[in-house]
Amino acid sequence: MRNTLTIAGRELQAYFVQPVAYVVMTVFLLLGGWFFFALLRRFELVLEMYAALRSTSGMESLNLNQAVIEPLLHNLAVVLVILVPAITMRTFAEEKRTGTYELLLTSPIRIGELVAGKFLAAALFVLLMVLLAGIFPLILVIFGNPEVPVMVSGYLGLAFVALCFVSVGLFTSSLTSNQIIAAISCFGALLLLYVISWPAEAGEVEFAGLLRYLSLPEHFSQMARGVISTQDIVYFLSLIAIALFLTQRSAESVRWR
Amino acid sequence: MIEVKGLTKSYGDFLAIKDVSFTAESGEILGFLGPNGAGKTTTMRILTGFMPATSGTVLIDGLDILTNSLEARRRIGYLPENPPVYYDMRVEGYLRFVAKLKGVQRQSLDEAVELAISRCGLEDVRYRICGQLSKGYKQRVGLAAAIIHNPSVMILDEPTIGLDPRQIIEIRKLIRELAKERTVVLSTHILPEVSQICQKVVIINDGRVVLEKRLDEISKEGSLEDVFLRAIAKESTGGLLAEAELEEVEAGRSTSGSL
Repeated sequence: MRNTLTIAGRELQAYFVQPVAYVVMTVFLLLGGWFFFALLRRFELVLEMYAALRSTSGMESLNLNQAVIEPLLHNLAVVLVILVPAITMRTFAEEKRTGTYELLLTSPIRIGELVAGKFLAAALFVLLMVLLAGIFPLILVIFGNPEVPVMVSGYLGLAFVALCFVSVGLFTSSLTSNQIIAAISCFGALLLLYVISWPAEAGEVEFAGLLRYLSLPEHFSQMARGVISTQDIVYFLSLIAIALFLTQRSAESVRWR
Repeated sequence: MIEVKGLTKSYGDFLAIKDVSFTAESGEILGFLGPNGAGKTTTMRILTGFMPATSGTVLIDGLDILTNSLEARRRIGYLPENPPVYYDMRVEGYLRFVAKLKGVQRQSLDEAVELAISRCGLEDVRYRICGQLSKGYKQRVGLAAAIIHNPSVMILDEPTIGLDPRQIIEIRKLIRELAKERTVVLSTHILPEVSQICQKVVIINDGRVVLEKRLDEISKEGSLEDVFLRAIAKESTGGLLAEAELEEVEAGRSTSGSL
């Protein structure tokens, strides 16, 4: 446990000393703000339209959760597909390149502790990002009356998505000593997780059910809608567990060669 | 104490080292010599538990590096060929991190860091960022990291490379001092260094140990240079190859002699 915290502490420090943390957070929040602004403008426009048409049923069907927060969460998840590879690419690849991997592997720590430490640091970092993006619903709560539990569920979903992405990123970084290869392969894997169910949506194909189950947005959209089901939580947790297990094996693999 | 028995390491078809055996006693500095690519670094990486051998055993103070790995690794201070410093950390912060990693208890952390800093002469650079240090200082930071947890066994891969002459003298003095109650294995290309500080020499060529002798026995046979050249020439079977290697080594000797 102490070793895990030692590793995590150094990792977190590295995020903030190399200005990766600030750049990534700025981009994330700037884009988030832009999406929020655009969605809110559209919400206003549609509301004015219904008002002009005097359509009460239309106005009743319109709500902040569905029209603003839900699409915002999906957009933020897509931004994470691009940003998380940049966060995790250095975790193992840089250590291998600079030779500090030799220090870690000859120290009296287990590989599992090493992976856990790195995951903990990256996880805290992305959770901080998700937390800061909580400013948008906060604004809505102050100036409007959205349903808070639904938003909490959605942000919980986004947090799970971020953690899944981070664990996949750790895995791809552990495969190589080249940060660019780590980033690109992580990006590819995350995008694939995002679009894996497309063939199933285009029509009946074999394994359609399986593809839909594997698809990350499928589970995320449930939570963004405010539905927290064990099935989705199990999906997220097992994705994290599998990716971290593979990372542990891959980090250890220098010992097998 | 280090006991190495029958180490063999192969990468696919390539045999990096073959049946390497030697022992290093406590209080002894063992010089690990050999031409480039002879398998020195591979052997050291196996000794430190960075990677396992294909076959053979390594005992560190009687603990097997594979089966009793954590306990054995705790006793080893290792300076790899390239000092493993984090370029974004300050010297003091780095040493503190390494100390924690090596299992130094919290209450003795400050003390361990201070001792390592003063022993390696890092007082002036303690708040500098590792990445901005010169090669010599990086080497000293690496050495400080290797001794920070007061290990009983030290494995140093070319510890004096990149240092200026004054630093070389200081570091040699430090190694000699550290070796009083420890086992030290150091690899080097600089033969005079071996005759100055080592008690025992192991010469490795083409992945095989070709000589394991105490230095005082060697000095009876002639200079270390001659013994080294003979040992590695005997091994190379192709006459032409041996000659080429001899020339290479002699060229190396003349440069090291002028140092």
